[in-house]
Amino acid sequence: MAASTLTVPQAEVPMSPHLRGRVGMWCLITAESAIFTIFVVAYLYYAGKSTGPTPREVLEVPIFISICLFSSSFTIVMGEKAIHRGNIKLFTAWLFATIILGAIFVGGSLREWYRLIYEDGVTISSSLFGTNFYSLVGLHLSHVIVGLTMLSTVLIFALLGRVKQEHAERIGVLALYWHFVDTVWVVVLSVVYFIAR
Amino acid sequence: MAAPDPANIFSPVSTPANQIHHLSLFVMAICAAIFVVVFSLLVYAIVKFRRRADDDGREPAQIYGSNQVELAWTVIPVLIVVVLFLAAARVIHAVEDAKMPPGATEVVAVGHQFWWEFRYPGQGFVTANELHVPVSDREHPTPTHITLMSADTDHSFWVPRLAGKTDLIPNRVNSMWIDPHETGTFVGQCAQYCGTQHAKMLLRVVVDSREDFEKWAANEKNPGAQVEAAANGRRIFESTACVNCHTVEGTNARGKFGPDLTHIMSRATVAAGAAENTKENLHLWIKDPDAIKPGCLMPAMQMSDQDIDAVTAYLMTLH
Amino acid sequence: MLDADSISKPMFVPPEGVQARPWLDRVHEWIVTVDHKKLGLMYLCYGLLFLVIGGVEATAMRIQLALPNNHFVSPQTFNQLFTMHGTTMIFFSAMPIVFGIAVYLVPLMIGARDMAFPRLNAWGFWMSALGGIILYFSWVGGSGLYGAGGAPDVGWFAYAPLTSPAFSVGHSTDYWIIGIFVSGFGSIATAVNIITTILCLRCPGMTLNRMPLLVWLNAVMAFIVLLAVSPLTAAQVMLLIDRYLGGHFFDTQAGGSAVIWMHFFWVFGHPEVYVLVLPAFAVLSEVIPVFSRKPIFGYSIMVVATLAIGFISLSVWAHHMFTVGMTSYANAFFVASTAAIAVPTGIKIFNWLGTMWGGKIIFKVPMLFCVAAVCQMLIAGLTGIMLSAAPFDWQLGNSYFVVAHFHYVILGVIVFGVFAAIYYWYPKATGRMLSERLGRWHFWLFLIGFHLTFDFMHVPGLLGMPRRIYTYDTGRGWDIWNLIVTVGVVFQALAILLWVVNVFGSYYKGEVAGNDPWNAWTLEWSTTSPPPDYNFATIPVVRSARPLWDLKHPEDPDWKYE
Repeated sequence: MAASTLTVPQAEVPMSPHLRGRVGMWCLITAESAIFTIFVVAYLYYAGKSTGPTPREVLEVPIFISICLFSSSFTIVMGEKAIHRGNIKLFTAWLFATIILGAIFVGGSLREWYRLIYEDGVTISSSLFGTNFYSLVGLHLSHVIVGLTMLSTVLIFALLGRVKQEHAERIGVLALYWHFVDTVWVVVLSVVYFIAR
Repeated sequence: MAAPDPANIFSPVSTPANQIHHLSLFVMAICAAIFVVVFSLLVYAIVKFRRRADDDGREPAQIYGSNQVELAWTVIPVLIVVVLFLAAARVIHAVEDAKMPPGATEVVAVGHQFWWEFRYPGQGFVTANELHVPVSDREHPTPTHITLMSADTDHSFWVPRLAGKTDLIPNRVNSMWIDPHETGTFVGQCAQYCGTQHAKMLLRVVVDSREDFEKWAANEKNPGAQVEAAANGRRIFESTACVNCHTVEGTNARGKFGPDLTHIMSRATVAAGAAENTKENLHLWIKDPDAIKPGCLMPAMQMSDQDIDAVTAYLMTLH
Repeated sequence: MLDADSISKPMFVPPEGVQARPWLDRVHEWIVTVDHKKLGLMYLCYGLLFLVIGGVEATAMRIQLALPNNHFVSPQTFNQLFTMHGTTMIFFSAMPIVFGIAVYLVPLMIGARDMAFPRLNAWGFWMSALGGIILYFSWVGGSGLYGAGGAPDVGWFAYAPLTSPAFSVGHSTDYWIIGIFVSGFGSIATAVNIITTILCLRCPGMTLNRMPLLVWLNAVMAFIVLLAVSPLTAAQVMLLIDRYLGGHFFDTQAGGSAVIWMHFFWVFGHPEVYVLVLPAFAVLSEVIPVFSRKPIFGYSIMVVATLAIGFISLSVWAHHMFTVGMTSYANAFFVASTAAIAVPTGIKIFNWLGTMWGGKIIFKVPMLFCVAAVCQMLIAGLTGIMLSAAPFDWQLGNSYFVVAHFHYVILGVIVFGVFAAIYYWYPKATGRMLSERLGRWHFWLFLIGFHLTFDFMHVPGLLGMPRRIYTYDTGRGWDIWNLIVTVGVVFQALAILLWVVNVFGSYYKGEVAGNDPWNAWTLEWSTTSPPPDYNFATIPVVRSARPLWDLKHPEDPDWKYE
């Protein structure tokens, strides 16, 4: 190719390779959204068709842990800003806060499940509601746990001093995943605790 | 096998099948026309524009496209699609949303692995595998409305000369209707894979004249006379596990898992069309069902040949 | 570029005087590779191996069905055969082949050095491969090995409640679920990779409207994979919950719905067939122009049609459920959406015709397969139109007419397209040409066999023969057609044999190919055959959709007409 003589107008240089992580994560989010959509569709389809205790009887809106999870999106954004500026210590602090908030969400969810199983007798096999509830909410919870695992791994690296400002883009990709998990919770919360209750 | 006409979607004898037949001719005509035009153009192109032996090696004119041509071959297909949609929608509505007249015969079909249960709720009897319906006059139709349910997995009721197929799905109630204009026997079979013996879940619809249908129904309602000569067989039947699965009105046999045998000899076949209804086949079926229908749900009864002979003789009195 | 040094020897023959590396070393290199070209070839070989295995399964079925009341295999075995045949061909043959072609060609065609995520590429391949191994273990597990379970027999779409623990005892159905589930992760990973590569790694000057059509079609394919494979993954998780945790998603005895499985499955199943066919269209769109010596007719409308197909394909799924008893409104909607997708598909056929029109068509073997594929797409599309008219489908659905239709697409278009692709790009991948003579024998034998089998297969469907039956009685009018269908298999098998001989033989004895044996116009032909590990010595800069045409015809380059 006559690379030396051919100049390419700026508008014709396609997207840069450094955006790979973000694009890839958006693709993954697309696929994951499709998976969640199927579980939501099943949940809505079976709403009202179940035997056994109704959602209204046994479900309480989990306000506190939801606030914690939504706040963790805020804390991770603050962390992203910090690492973009090069302030690794501040980044580490915000990251730690994010993990704590996420862990509270997990702990609170598991407590709710304990109550549902041992006090209300709602299990995954006890009724259509049970099957749908634990599947949809559990799918989301598993994604939170995966996210927490990744965040914790980054925290460990950060505490070991291995995280630098040049990793800001990668942190952004992880944060994108975390925001996705939060957004799914908006949907799951609405469907399970409000719309289909 | 007493030969009913082979199933053929192009020789309908009932309105739903007729409607589909007309639609199919229309659709196939359009498709044939499209095929002739496009295929001719393709053949023409590969013949006329092939590189000749005496080619000068120059590249042909590099045409990138043509807005007019591309518009034309977008608009024309869109129009064809609209026409096809309207034609199909009309028939969908005509068949699915048809209202049954008050004199319609009601049948409830329940699919089982691997046989058909037919209930006549209005008349109060149950039969299996061979469906009798009255013929329907074109001027004053007396259709048969069939409610479709399943006791286990998915099945599908398909008798091509009478109607399109409709599935029998557990935990769901489906509906279809037929109004055959000719008497005769029409074959079909289960058309949704339902397990090992899906292949031998055959279907026979016997269209009777009005009088014959009334006679048949009256016979079905009766429990059937007790024939003295078959008393031994009946005794064996009633005291063996047969009664756990089968029903014979007038005896203590009340099982629901297998076909109702009250009038088994009114049917041309056994095992849902897998074999002709003869003494030998009945004997074999009881002795070793897997010989006729391997993998079916009827167990080999582990009875002595003598006992089986007696039971067979008894069954053969159940007209 | 085109000089003596760049005309290379085939991949593994070392130059004079150099010792070949130990074979263990070379195998190790392939196992740990992250090079897209090697992974592409591995995907392809894996898929082609399973094509043959699936073909053996089909042959066994056709022998059983050649005669009425035949006893070649038991009903249980037959039911396992059709389940394994369908599952194998879709998930472990067609999809790996499609991914192999994409993964091999896309970086080369966009002027990149590799995929966006080379390690993910490798992971995707090995997950896909693992899925197939899990599924095929079911043939040997059986009742031995502590009741490991036999091959699944629930059909490739595994309708509920046949798959529930009540009707599917043992582990055979679990092999179906887990084999596909595992390979599904590989599929999604590869789709993510393909999209990211295409969006982020194009060489300078290659704007979206200068990408080869193959790249566009594979981008849309990958996008459909993201949206379609995921619902299947979700449904399989639900089925596993039903089977192992006592869930009731599809448990009709406890209020669950059999129909919702069908919806979830076909939301995957229909777009899936576009995942398979779009890459075949991609091959046609690259090969036909080169052998007609003209650019593709209507590049922009081909792109728009592709996007339309991708979009509409997500809305047609319930045409597989016309007999389920949906309301007339629902049925009518799906008639409309299904018929609508015929428009962009028809447009593509017309554009290929327009490309050939006025050209100078060269009938080398790749072009033979392409022309046949276009004609067969026409027929397959038309039988699809027939099936889209729901009442007609009430007769033809679940019969051998449908089986004939979809094999017409899968074999007649996709497999023919794959053959075209292999004859066209084998020289690039190996440095050697395949034999034209053997290629012609392969083509004509396969064409005859294909038409014997699949043209006549439509007839039993019209005469009432349902699918998935292990035998039938004489006197139904089906005997002669089934026999002819089976005879066609012999020709196809012979053709495949010749083709295998061609592929292996040409590797050592084929004519040396050079960089650009077909006088083509896309970037992969600018580098050596086979390409070096780094693909291009310098990253190319392009100004049009046909950069090599511009180079070869500086007096009349494409970019003048943009």
